[in-house]
Amino acid sequence: MDPHATTFGVPSRKMAMWVFIASECMFFGSLIATYLSYEGKSIVGPTPAEILNIPLTSVSTFVLLMSSLAMVLALDAVQSGDRRMTRIWLGGVILLGGLFIGGQVFEFSHFYHEGLTLQQNLFGATFFVLTGFHGAHVTVGVVWMITLLVMSLRGTLGPERSLDVEVAGLYWHFVDVVWIVIFTVVYLIQ
Amino acid sequence: MAEHAVSESSKGHASKSTYWLIAVILGILTMLEVAVFYVPLLHSVIVPFLLVLSAAKFILVAMFFMHLKFDRPILTTVFAGGIVVATVIILAMMLLFGAIGSGAHM
Repeated sequence: MDPHATTFGVPSRKMAMWVFIASECMFFGSLIATYLSYEGKSIVGPTPAEILNIPLTSVSTFVLLMSSLAMVLALDAVQSGDRRMTRIWLGGVILLGGLFIGGQVFEFSHFYHEGLTLQQNLFGATFFVLTGFHGAHVTVGVVWMITLLVMSLRGTLGPERSLDVEVAGLYWHFVDVVWIVIFTVVYLIQ
Repeated sequence: MAEHAVSESSKGHASKSTYWLIAVILGILTMLEVAVFYVPLLHSVIVPFLLVLSAAKFILVAMFFMHLKFDRPILTTVFAGGIVVATVIILAMMLLFGAIGSGAHM
């Protein structure tokens, strides 16, 4: 019997991550609800139609989706004991996650120069809070992946530690599914 | 060690080729979403269309990449619980603020 398993037969850390993810659903649900409630109620511009860059964000979305593929392949590699592929795929997740964050930094700075700030209007306030919190989550995920890569480079991330990668992967995929919703609700449905 | 054993049980959940296939489908669905956005003819049905595509992507990632399709049902229940509460929050807030419903304005 696993001393760290819950009564459901799931490792406690994995169950804890799922409970955390459930709470995060409510957190992002509240932010999305706030964005939608105030949508179209800004008295001054810029409005979403004037400023949102769909082609750039589409590429960012694709990049984040592919990072999820790299994540699941990293888990597969660590479970197989393939250290080389573990490092390659973890490096891929870090690279793609970094690209996504870079795109968001570019987008935010562009919006700032176009006059959209946190205080400018309701759209700016709700947009920056929602996407900013998501970006912060991606950043935390990238830092987490870097620690896993360092562990792998030190030779301490073998198959016996695959749960570490699985739990980190759950977090990463969750950040991905949140973006799937944000991309549709904020960028495409205006 | 036992934790390792549990993790090992998830190894056979899906093959690498399945993961690649899911990634391709996700890419195609994203391209469809963007295409729909730029086609004026589809603007009358854009909201339900995009919501369906988005839900499909969400479910694919949750089922295959997060392994819910193969893992213990309790994990799906926990996740679904969070999603249900989040959905209720979104609908309630939109109703309260007049974003949906009877067309009431603040």
